[in-house]
Amino acid sequence: MKRIGLLLMVPLSLVVGLWAGPVTLSPSEVLDGLLHPTADAAAIVREIRVPRVLLAFLVGGSLSVTGASLQALLRNPLADPYLLGLSGGAGLGAVVAIALNPNWPWAVPAAAFAGATGAVALVYRLSVVSGRRLDPRVLLLAGVVVGSFAGAIMTTIVSLSEAAELRRAFLWLLGGFGSASWRAVWVFAAYAAVPLILLLMSGRALDLLALGEESAKHLGADVERNKRLVYLATSLLTAASVAVCGIVGFVGLVVPHAIRRLSTPMHRELLPVAFVVGGGFLVLADALARTIVRPLELPVGAVTAIVGVPLFALLLRRNYT
Amino acid sequence: MILAARHISVRYPGAAGRALDKVTVSLEPGRLVAVVGPNGSGKTTLVRALLGHLPLEQGSAELDGKPVSEWRRAQLARVVGVVAQREEVVFPLTVTQTVMLGRYPHLGPLSPIGFHDREATLKALRRCDIEALAARRVDTLSGGEWQRVRVARALAQQPRVLVLDEPTSSLDVRHRMEVFELVRTLVADGLAGLVVTHELNLAARFADRVVLLNGGKVVADGTPAEVFQRDILSDVFQWPVAVTTFLDGSPQVIPLRVGEEAAEAPKR
Repeated sequence: MKRIGLLLMVPLSLVVGLWAGPVTLSPSEVLDGLLHPTADAAAIVREIRVPRVLLAFLVGGSLSVTGASLQALLRNPLADPYLLGLSGGAGLGAVVAIALNPNWPWAVPAAAFAGATGAVALVYRLSVVSGRRLDPRVLLLAGVVVGSFAGAIMTTIVSLSEAAELRRAFLWLLGGFGSASWRAVWVFAAYAAVPLILLLMSGRALDLLALGEESAKHLGADVERNKRLVYLATSLLTAASVAVCGIVGFVGLVVPHAIRRLSTPMHRELLPVAFVVGGGFLVLADALARTIVRPLELPVGAVTAIVGVPLFALLLRRNYT
Repeated sequence: MILAARHISVRYPGAAGRALDKVTVSLEPGRLVAVVGPNGSGKTTLVRALLGHLPLEQGSAELDGKPVSEWRRAQLARVVGVVAQREEVVFPLTVTQTVMLGRYPHLGPLSPIGFHDREATLKALRRCDIEALAARRVDTLSGGEWQRVRVARALAQQPRVLVLDEPTSSLDVRHRMEVFELVRTLVADGLAGLVVTHELNLAARFADRVVLLNGGKVVADGTPAEVFQRDILSDVFQWPVAVTTFLDGSPQVIPLRVGEEAAEAPKR
């Protein structure tokens, strides 16, 4: 019953996402725009809102699957997609790109992606201890350290740059889907497909990893292989998310927890539910972000936290008392 | 013989001495072997080496005549069920969900849980007398209940070998007895059993064979009566003990208080 309620979020969020925006459209105009390429609203609906909603859905789903997987891998309920130095690396890349101001529209996302993967590689290198073992505790530590280091360099660059650039970099980091396009949707979808499928197939392995390595081995898990696979897949997904929309906090931390409580803690079912609920949640948050202070737009990361934290606090209270 | 270690030696990276030194132990269906010894004597290392989790410096560990290192993890888990020493719960499942994890070695990453898996899970729950707890979350269980859940999970693997590493630490008398009684019945039904324990007196009453480790070496290996002798134990545990005989004939070990030693027997 609860699960059906959660899944109903998907159509609901898509409808709201298409309807909401700086230009007021009635539901029938939205439908018209979707169905008839020559309708008045067609350009807005087809070229702006649909890709934006799809991109937010894909990113929200990816972040939430990533968060759920990392929490199991690190056996840490506080883990989120940005914990492992990714946000620092991506932010550094983006800020460098903004500071250099090259004449290429994809420069910032590409640089953010490069920064994130650079950070991932460094964290991974630091965490592979005594030969070939990946130690989740060292992983956590290395992630935080690399993230802080990248953050420090980023702060240095930002404090030396012009005010306008600074604001641009800051807003970009806070996240948003203002630059969503069909091209961004296709690039992200094509890129995210493989790591997403790998993670969705690792549900049972994650159930076992969440018990701890020793017990996971006893129950037949190939622990080293699974750890690497989950780590690399989650890192690549997060790097791609950061590249298309900056850093959107909270979705990856809280949606998995909400689903553990409301639906199931078993990852084979949890991950797909987390994908659609995380997607729906981010679409709704983005709809709110672009309507609440029209014609301005709030960073979607701020909205996810403002809306999500009270919801989650409620959920915590209800389940613990 | 199902699972056996022959003259195995293990050295941890960077350590000067061996953690295990030419240890031999073998498990057979219907027999319970107890591994005892002081803290740090290599008991858990022996378990890990037997299961192929550690590289061997010398010797061999074999399951059904094939080196354990050549078994795939999932294959191994279909034959050997293990209750490890420690397991911290981070994301609590229900009892049924936990026991169902024991079916994973038999399942592919996406294959659905079938009738046979549910049957095996239910049977394991019944066997460990925890059917009534089936819907409870494991973080609400007592220590004794949680231990039985973990044994049930190992049984759901439908193994031929059951290995338990200190299954009764921090349990009270009743729960300690319940775990040992359960293990004993499972072994009587044909499982090959190995239990690592500090409960010398329970080992003496429940095990067919006792292996006493000290400093990574086997100090004594035989029936409880052969192994639990005053001089051997006092020497290994570095504390004077007396050994008496219980009504059923099993040796029972009583650690002596300071000052009792002289009264008990002349010093060696």
